[in-house]
Amino acid sequence: MTATAVVHLHPPGRLLALVGNPNCGKTALFNLLTGSRQKVANYAGVTVERKEGRLITHAGHAVRVLDLPGTYSLHPRSPDERVTCEVLHGQALGERRPDLVVCVVDATNLRRNLRLVLAVRRLGMPCVVALNMTDLAERRGITIDADQLSGALGVPVVRTVGVAREGDAGLRRILDDPTLWLRGAAHETQHEPASLLADHDAVRSILQRLGLDELIPHEASDRIDRVVLHPVVGPLLLAAFLFLMFQAVFAWAEVPMQWIETATAWLAAGAGTLLPAGWASSLLVDGVIAGAGSVLAFLPQIVILFFFILLLEDSGYLPRAAFLLDRLMGAVGLSGRSFIPLLSSHACAVPGIMAARTIADPRDRLVTIMIAPLMTCSARLPVYTLLIGAFIPQRVIGGWIELQGLVLLFLYAAGILGAMLVAWVLKRFTAAGRHVRPLMMELPQYHLPSPRNIALGLWQRVVIFVRRVGTIILSLTVLMWFLASFPTPPPGVTGAPILHSFAGMLGQALAVLFEPIGFNWQISVALVPGLAAREVVVSALGTVYSLSASGIDAAQSLAPLIAHDWGLATGLSLLAWFVFAPQCLSTLAVVRRETGGWTWPLVMAAYLFALAYLAAFIVYRSASLLGGN
Amino acid sequence: MACPLPDLSEGSAGATAAADAPSAPAITTLDQTPLATAFVIHEVVYPEDGRGWNQRLEELGFLPGERVLVLTRGRPGGDPLAVRVGHSTFALRRAEAACVRVRPWPIAAVKP
Repeated sequence: MTATAVVHLHPPGRLLALVGNPNCGKTALFNLLTGSRQKVANYAGVTVERKEGRLITHAGHAVRVLDLPGTYSLHPRSPDERVTCEVLHGQALGERRPDLVVCVVDATNLRRNLRLVLAVRRLGMPCVVALNMTDLAERRGITIDADQLSGALGVPVVRTVGVAREGDAGLRRILDDPTLWLRGAAHETQHEPASLLADHDAVRSILQRLGLDELIPHEASDRIDRVVLHPVVGPLLLAAFLFLMFQAVFAWAEVPMQWIETATAWLAAGAGTLLPAGWASSLLVDGVIAGAGSVLAFLPQIVILFFFILLLEDSGYLPRAAFLLDRLMGAVGLSGRSFIPLLSSHACAVPGIMAARTIADPRDRLVTIMIAPLMTCSARLPVYTLLIGAFIPQRVIGGWIELQGLVLLFLYAAGILGAMLVAWVLKRFTAAGRHVRPLMMELPQYHLPSPRNIALGLWQRVVIFVRRVGTIILSLTVLMWFLASFPTPPPGVTGAPILHSFAGMLGQALAVLFEPIGFNWQISVALVPGLAAREVVVSALGTVYSLSASGIDAAQSLAPLIAHDWGLATGLSLLAWFVFAPQCLSTLAVVRRETGGWTWPLVMAAYLFALAYLAAFIVYRSASLLGGN
Repeated sequence: MACPLPDLSEGSAGATAAADAPSAPAITTLDQTPLATAFVIHEVVYPEDGRGWNQRLEELGFLPGERVLVLTRGRPGGDPLAVRVGHSTFALRRAEAACVRVRPWPIAAVKP
């Protein structure tokens, strides 16, 4: 898509943009104004989330609302801030310049927030100040005279409370004032050299006039921080929380995942009996239903994971977690900000890689994306379960530690250590890696999370996941189904039909490559459909071993079969392979979209393949030497 | 734009710095200050490996005349720092905090 060829068709109607510092409660206000009438997409050409909604003014007029990314100034530092700046200047690709800017300011922190108002005012656009979080300010004994502030700033000021019902009534009412939308004429664009210091002095003199130039300590937040950021207690709390979160992700998700799997199986069986046997039925049952089912089965885990992440985000704990982990991440050349994407990757690398957008530094973002697939995603679990069940004896060591569970924990740790090692190598051997990376991260005051904001955020993320990933995985599964089903074996031939398909031929050719790491041709064939989604390897192995069973049944009857057929060394080697295993195609597709080209997904596939091969080789050879043949 | 701002702290600090003579106080950098002790920002300087940190710090509110104090330091190694400036709290790396030159808060022994 070339920029010159784009014709922009803007929907009619007035456009309002919300602008504000990060953590000023802007998104909560946006949610309150627009309710569920929101569209989440990307800005043209960049991976910055664009949120648009529609609000109804007090008199019943519809207005389009754009929630611009939070920024501290109009001198952009990150892709997010650049979007805000470009939209306000009317230079953003495919965006119309807003008709009105609502500057959302945190009433408890006018000292910093008002500087942005002064900068926006200089743009010469119609402008309103939404004095947000007035409830918090009043509780803290800060009373702000909105009229006086309006007089001092020369723009209308309305009070808002983003987290209370009707907290936006004042703003909705003032939007019906027709003169508001024309005010820009009064403020001609000023091209005076904007000096931060001059703005700061102006803000201070306004605050002095209003009797607000006092520093009030944040007692509650400071008290929490004394515990949360404590050098010993802080990390322990974080570890406990993460432990709880992972327990929840795996324990709570189990039942709904089974429902989805049962529903998929029921649907597939129903479709199978209704349709005459043939390729059309096979496409629908094995391709479409099985493919969609394999995506949806991860939905419960993703919902639970995002619920916790949103809870952390909304309460203000997330930057504290990044603070605690910054030192550790810094040692391998990353910053604490990489923590969220890597955490999300434990459910699935796809949302994790999408979450890397919040990292401002392009190099840190790329490194985070590249190591995200090393985190053990939940799609690897069925494979781990099968192999551990087949090769690791059920034994209790030291009285209470279960050996199989210990091996699973070790596999998770191996993924994390592998990721740290890769990041460290990139830090050590690239010039950019040796620079000190900027942190400069705000630690906002703690808030009680708002259920409404969490519910909305969760809903949006679920929709994005199902829509984007569903389409990718679905089309890839259909492709894999084609490769595994055609050409069909000639009549009268015995053995698994998959052997005669393209996937079978590829697998048998690959067996030569995988022979040094102990994989037989059955494994090699099964690895091919595993590219679409890793857990498919289990059912593919079942198919190859001529079991006509669904994934779950296959895992049960397959375990003794492979335990008998493969040596221990092969089993361990396959486990090692899966720790670093080359990506499922949907991850590579997401990496391509997020990095804007094929270079990085190809580099990723190559390095992961090399790493997995090396690990499996070492494991296989040492296990063989030790007699685990 | 890129060069560090001149030291305008006397003009801008207004009431807060008035109690102190401009030449007397010992100037140190924020990363060297003791915990929970208030200082006044004297100036924000261009760091050695540069890249606009000083501008960013100023945009966040690290401006001459503002009150700062270090709330916590990460362990081990004293990195990063949690810093209160004005009404905001930021996590800064030690190298970032080293760009902020401070002098003691004029009213002695204010320990909030």
